[in-house]
Amino acid sequence: MGLLIRGGRVVDPVQGLDGRADILVEDGLIRQIQPELAVERGTVVVDAAGLVVVPGLVDMHTHLREPGQEAKETVATATRAAAKGGYTAVVGMPNTVPVVDTPGQVELVRARAAREGVVRVYQVGAITKGSRGEELAEMADLAAAGVVAFSDDGRPVPSAAVMRRAMEYALMFDMPIISHCEEPSLAEGGVMHEGFYSLKLGLKGIPALAEDLMVHREILLAENTGCRVHIAHLSTKGAVELVRQAKARGVPVTAEATPHHFTLTDAALEGYDTNFKVNPPLRTGEDVAAVIRGLADGTIDAIATDHAPHTEAEKAMEFDYAPFGMVGLETALPLAITRLVNPGVISWTRLVELMAINPCRILGLPGGSLQVGQPADITLINPDLKRTVDRDRLASLGRNTPFHGWSLQGWAVATMVGGQFVYQEEGV
Amino acid sequence: MGFKHKDLLGLEQLQPDEIRHILDTAVPMKDIICREIKKVPTLRGRTVINLFYEASTRTRTSFELAGKYMGADTINIATATSSVVKGESLLDTARTLEAMGADVVVIRHQASGAPHFLARNLNAAVINAGDGTHEHPTQALLDMLTIREKKGRLEGLVVTILGDILHSRVARSNIWGLTKMGAEVRVVGPATLVPGIFRQMGVRVIHRVEEALAGADVINVLRIQQERQAKGLLPSLREYARMYALTPERLVLAAPDVLVLHPGPMNRGIEIHPAVADGVASAITEQVTNGVAVRMALLYLLMGGGQSHGTTD
Repeated sequence: MGLLIRGGRVVDPVQGLDGRADILVEDGLIRQIQPELAVERGTVVVDAAGLVVVPGLVDMHTHLREPGQEAKETVATATRAAAKGGYTAVVGMPNTVPVVDTPGQVELVRARAAREGVVRVYQVGAITKGSRGEELAEMADLAAAGVVAFSDDGRPVPSAAVMRRAMEYALMFDMPIISHCEEPSLAEGGVMHEGFYSLKLGLKGIPALAEDLMVHREILLAENTGCRVHIAHLSTKGAVELVRQAKARGVPVTAEATPHHFTLTDAALEGYDTNFKVNPPLRTGEDVAAVIRGLADGTIDAIATDHAPHTEAEKAMEFDYAPFGMVGLETALPLAITRLVNPGVISWTRLVELMAINPCRILGLPGGSLQVGQPADITLINPDLKRTVDRDRLASLGRNTPFHGWSLQGWAVATMVGGQFVYQEEGV
Repeated sequence: MGFKHKDLLGLEQLQPDEIRHILDTAVPMKDIICREIKKVPTLRGRTVINLFYEASTRTRTSFELAGKYMGADTINIATATSSVVKGESLLDTARTLEAMGADVVVIRHQASGAPHFLARNLNAAVINAGDGTHEHPTQALLDMLTIREKKGRLEGLVVTILGDILHSRVARSNIWGLTKMGAEVRVVGPATLVPGIFRQMGVRVIHRVEEALAGADVINVLRIQQERQAKGLLPSLREYARMYALTPERLVLAAPDVLVLHPGPMNRGIEIHPAVADGVASAITEQVTNGVAVRMALLYLLMGGGQSHGTTD
C-alpha cells in the first residue's frame, strides 16, 4: 500500500527539481516522482500543498552522548530531537565516555540506534586512542566496523606529526578526517572569543588566530598528503578565507558551519549566560558575515549543528566552570530558513545542498536526493509557520539552547525515514 | 533619591547620577566611622553575608565592619576552594544562605560573572566584592571618593592607572567609573598586560611610563603578580620594576599636587617605591577608611535607604 505526498514544492537539486510534484512512496522506497500522479485505491494521501518537500536532512556533527553520558542525551532522545528538527540521519561524534576508538564502541552505538533510534545513525571514529592526540586509533578496524570519518572532535590534534600520519593512514580507506581546529597554546584556558567583550567581561579569550592557524595547518597537511580534510564548525573570517583559497587551488578540503555561528555574536555573552558558552566561541559580527558569505558562495559546504546537550546542573554554574556546547537539532532548520533563505541570502536549492546533499557527499552516505528507487527519507517543511523556540518543549534532553524565546519562521512539520513518518505534526 | 538596583554588580551599568549619589551618601558615613561610638541602628535586624571564595583581608574586613557599624548582623564565610572543588555548587550554597535569611550576599569569587549568576537566582541583594578579572566596583567607588575628597572633583582630571590592566578588576571598574564622571583615563604598562583593545573602553593606552605620568593628577598603581612571569607575559618582575615602578624620580613628571593610590596589598619596591607609598602624595591609608564608608553607603542604599517617604500633600 502506497503513500502519496501530494502537491508540495519539491526541491531536489540532484534531479534539478524545484516545483510542484507528487511523490509516491512504497515499501520504504520512492517509487515515482511526477508533477502529478493519479491516486490509486488504497493509497494514503498526504496533502503537502503549501509545504516544501526536500530530501531528508543529514546532520554531520551530532553529540549523541552515548555511551557514557546518558544524563545529557541518549540515542533515543537525540534521534527524536533530530526527527523533530527535520533530520533523517545524524552522525555521532566519538568524544563520548569512553571515546569511540574501538569497533566495540561502534557496535554499541549501532545496536542502541537499531533498538531505540528513530532516524539513521552514523558514527565517526576517533583519530587517536582516547582522543589524546598521541597514538593513532585502530583506524582500519574502525573503518571495517563502519565509521564514516575520523575525528578527535572536541579537541584538536596538537601534534602536526600525528595529524600528518593520521591523514596518510586514512587515505588508505578514502575517508575524511574531520578536524576541530584550535591551536591549543593560543586557546588554552579560553572560555569565549577574544575581543572587546572578553576584555570587558574579564573572561579569558580564545583568539580567532587559534582557529586560523590550525585551519591553515590542516589545509597544508591535506595538500601534502592528499587526504580529504573536513573543517568542523568554521567560525572565523580568516578561516573562511583560508578554505576559499585552498579550494581555489584544488586542495581536498571541505567545511561546515553551525547555525549559532551564522546567527550569534560574542556580544551575547554579556550577562554571563552559560547557554552561550560554546566551542568554537561565538565570534564578531564580521565573522558572522564572513560565514554567511561562505555558505552562500560555496566555500562552506554544509550546515551542521554541533548539537551538544548538557544537563541543567552542569550549565547552572559559574561561566568559567560550565561546559561548552548548545543543543541545535531542533532549531537548525528554522534558523537556516529565517536567517538565510527568507532574507534571500541563499535559495532553497542551496539550503538542500548545505543540509542534505553535501553532508552525504562528504561522508559517502546514501541519501541527499529523492530519486526513484532511493529509500524514502523525506522532510516536509512549512515555510510560513512561525513558532517561538521554547526550551521546555524540546525533544532533546538538553535544555541548553541560546535561542529560547526566539520567533523563527519555517519549521519541519513531518519527517519520514525509510517510508515511515518518525515525526508528524497534526494536520499533516 | 533611592537606588533603583537590586544588586551592585559593576560600575559599567551605573549612570553618573547614581555614582554621584553613592559617593554623596558615603560622606556622612565617614563621620560615623570617626565617632567614638561607631554604631548606628539603621540596618538593625538585617543580615549581611560575606561569601568569599578568594582570600581577602582588606575587603572582607571592610564589608564586615561596614555592616556592623550600620547595625546589621554580619557573617563571614571564607572558602579557599571553588564550588566545583568543594562539591557543592555556588547556587546551592547561596540558596542555603538565602533560606537562612540573608538580606545581602557580598561575594568575592575568582570566576568573572559569578555575582551576576547569583543575582539572577537570589532575591537577596548581591554585592560584587571582586569577580575574577571583571569588576571590583566598591574599590573603584572608594578610589573615586578619595579622589573627590582630595581634589574636590572628578571631572577633567587626568587619572593614570599603572600596571597589569588586563588582569585587573580594579582597573576595569575604575575605567567605567572615572570615564562616566568625566575624567581622562590613561592606562599604562607592558603591551602584554595592556593590550590596545582597551581603547574601546574609552581610555588612552600607553606603554611608556613617562608619557603616561606626564601631567597626571592621580596615579593609581596596581599590584603586579609573580604569576604573570610564569605565564610568559613578563620576562621578569625585575625588568617590570625597572620599566614601570612608580619611583620618586618618575613621580615628579606628574602634576605638582599629584595623588597616589594603590588598592593594596602593595609589593613595595616592585610596582611602587616605598618612598612614594609613604610619601606626601600617597592617600593609601585614606583609601582604606573610605572603603568602609562606601560600603556602608551601599548597604544602606541597597536596603532601601534614601527612598522618598511617600508623597507630600
